Amino acid sequence: MDHHVLSLAMTGSGGAGVMTVGQILVDAAARAGWYGLMRRSLGPQIRGGESAALMRFGHRPILSHGDSFDLLLAYDWGNITRFAAELPLRPDSVVLFDPDAGDVPEVIERTDARCVAAPLSAMAKTEKGVRANMVGLGLVAAALGLTPEDLTEEMTKALGDKGEEILKSSLAGLKMGAELAADLPTGVFPNAGRPTPVSNPRWSITGNEAAGLGALRGGIRFVAAYPITPSTEILEWLAPNLAEVGGQLVQVEDELASINMLVGASFGGVPSLTATSGPGLSLMLEGLGLAVSAEVPLTLIDVQRGGPSTGIPTKSEQSDFNIAVYGMHGDAPHIVCAPTSIPDCLSTVQWAVASAEAAQCPAIVLSDQYMGQSRAIVDQPPSGGPVANRRIAQPEDGAAYKRYALTNDGVSPMSVPGVKGGEYTADGLAHSERGTPSTQASDHQSQLDKRERKLDTLDCDTFWAETEGNGPIAVIAFGSLTEAAREAVARAHGDARLIGVRVILPLQPELMAKALEGVSKVLVVEQNHGGQFAHFLKGHYALPATVESLHRPGPLPIRPVEILAAVTAMKGDAR
Amino acid sequence: MNDISHAEVDFTDYKSDVSPVWCPGCGDYAVLSAITKALAELALPRENVALISGIGCSSRIAAYTSVYGFHGIHGRALPIAQGLKLARPDTTVLCAGGDGDGFSIGGNHFLHACRRNLDITYIVMDNAVYGMTKGQASPTSAADWTNSKLTPEGPGVPPLQPLDIALAAGASHVVRCFSGKVQALTKAIADAIQHPGFSFIQVISPCVTYRPEMRDLKHVVHESFTEPCTDRREARRRLIDDDGFSLGTLFKSVEPSYKPCHQNTKTAAELERQFAL
Repeated sequence: MDHHVLSLAMTGSGGAGVMTVGQILVDAAARAGWYGLMRRSLGPQIRGGESAALMRFGHRPILSHGDSFDLLLAYDWGNITRFAAELPLRPDSVVLFDPDAGDVPEVIERTDARCVAAPLSAMAKTEKGVRANMVGLGLVAAALGLTPEDLTEEMTKALGDKGEEILKSSLAGLKMGAELAADLPTGVFPNAGRPTPVSNPRWSITGNEAAGLGALRGGIRFVAAYPITPSTEILEWLAPNLAEVGGQLVQVEDELASINMLVGASFGGVPSLTATSGPGLSLMLEGLGLAVSAEVPLTLIDVQRGGPSTGIPTKSEQSDFNIAVYGMHGDAPHIVCAPTSIPDCLSTVQWAVASAEAAQCPAIVLSDQYMGQSRAIVDQPPSGGPVANRRIAQPEDGAAYKRYALTNDGVSPMSVPGVKGGEYTADGLAHSERGTPSTQASDHQSQLDKRERKLDTLDCDTFWAETEGNGPIAVIAFGSLTEAAREAVARAHGDARLIGVRVILPLQPELMAKALEGVSKVLVVEQNHGGQFAHFLKGHYALPATVESLHRPGPLPIRPVEILAAVTAMKGDAR
Repeated sequence: MNDISHAEVDFTDYKSDVSPVWCPGCGDYAVLSAITKALAELALPRENVALISGIGCSSRIAAYTSVYGFHGIHGRALPIAQGLKLARPDTTVLCAGGDGDGFSIGGNHFLHACRRNLDITYIVMDNAVYGMTKGQASPTSAADWTNSKLTPEGPGVPPLQPLDIALAAGASHVVRCFSGKVQALTKAIADAIQHPGFSFIQVISPCVTYRPEMRDLKHVVHESFTEPCTDRREARRRLIDDDGFSLGTLFKSVEPSYKPCHQNTKTAAELERQFAL
């Protein structure tokens, strides 16, 4: 994209401090006026093991990674073969490597990228206490026009509690890195220049933090938590922050307890939420079905990772689509939505909370590791947005309260403990309007109709999708691939348009038809092995005759260049 | 419906108009009666009480009372009850179900509910059989109980000891009752509701259909836990000689309940400042 300035990957084994260094760089770059994005790629080890900080910087908000990396800084080559595929390089990319860590491995050499030795360890050893990671930081910071002085504030913040000595030697390391940069042959570094100072308010936030904030803003005041990668940060962010606004978070014994505690708390009238990943979602399905039947609102955020089973816990995938949409037994209408970017995690979770409360049913938010654990520098999101506003019953004296009354719009006013005359028994058994268990065909039919009908009350018009462009080829994506698709559409020069679907359920046939006006072909892009989203779209929407599917499982993100290539191929294809 | 004020409370005010699915002679009728009588005795306003249950014959009980109720899913009554109690501490929360629901599929929740010690009364109607699915062995069935087609040689594992487990896991009020002694059961339930912590009442409640031999239990049970013990170690010692039919309050002690942190000192807008550059 035109505002792209630099994409940078830093790799190193545990102990190299790659993530700390990456974080300092992104924060310092942001302070200086750049926008940026940092994604974490981690191996399976609890501590240590291979890790990579994947970054991209620009003049405007950057919400997805590009096609490849301009610069790779390798502190060492530990396990590089395991994740070299996640670091696409071009012949004009530059690889800076520490010669003390051994020769450039074949997997890097065959990319034809220009490899330049940077004696990080050797330099670090010249002064007591200096660590190679700081020398490396000083070195790559120069590519963004940042001096050691620009980095000092963020470095102090990150290392402040480690003492004066460490800070002093770290600063010395940064200076060595800057000297190293100055000595590099010309043309090794892209000339990024200095960023223009930015005056508008900006935030540094991860998708998981944004999701937590969206929950707070939407009115969530009860959270049940069971830790699972890569969603735990949502819960850890909520624990102290929820308490500050008078809510509560309870760590529970398992995901079964988690979902059912939400049912109990929400039955009590308090908007409730949990966050999990695929294995947790699998365990929660029965509880979700109970929430559908008993009409108890709740919100569940699924930060997807590789599956099935334990899969690849630390790496992104979009393969929980089917279970989120179709996972419950019985006919179980509910809400499924997906944020389209890191900052969008805020507004989508907020919308999900408000919608679940309005329709008295569960809402599943499909985030993914890619955006959940990535940090972006974004313009401050607008305040406001929808909040939980449940239709509460005001039972009339003398009249028997019907919890599941057949109303026109399907939403039955809900009573909560404490409301006199509103006593009822919620039930997972099929029931009558009063809630009394019933096996009668007419009760079953009318309650199923009602649960489907009430989802039509949701206001999806402006929210259901991100659309951009008006080309004849529609690129339909969801979740974190929306931004990659947006980049590809921009580069397709009018041949394509973007439909980044936020509201997956309930279906929006009219809005989809409008978005597809003038479209002759569709390309569906998703990160899973089976093309789940494409099958869903083909099964539920009227699409043009030509629908192509670009899908791949994690952990290799689908890049804009691949989407663009698919668009170009479809354009040339006369079918 | 009539207003319930202290002067005119009657236990029938706490009964709903739904007819139980239970067999004639089932012990659970007496438990329903005891719960409604205890609520009447304490004159608790119906709207401030919730009865949460799982799945199984006895779990049907939620719909048979006129308080707020939740007939949930198999094994998950305690999480629903705890979620409600945490979210709405002003509500008197009762939880009820059977031995399969509570000790088998819901066994893990039982442990952790005891540990949290929230102010909840948990009544397990123990008939040592799965009645709703027509007579399979439950976790409290004897190892050599051979009347089930599913385990014709008997379940082959020794029965679980619910009182031991409750005591070990941290419940602060542990009681065993017999459905055939309704007065004592009513008193125990009222007592449990007033106890500020997790009260566990194991009610031996005969299944006359699949365990007809349980009809004779009235001759087997015996009042042995005459005085409630306030020392957990002493209560454990008492259980060494328990034959599974000792009735009474085994243990009762006021102990701290789990309390999530709550401050209510800031607005969401104030919290958002942490993200500002």
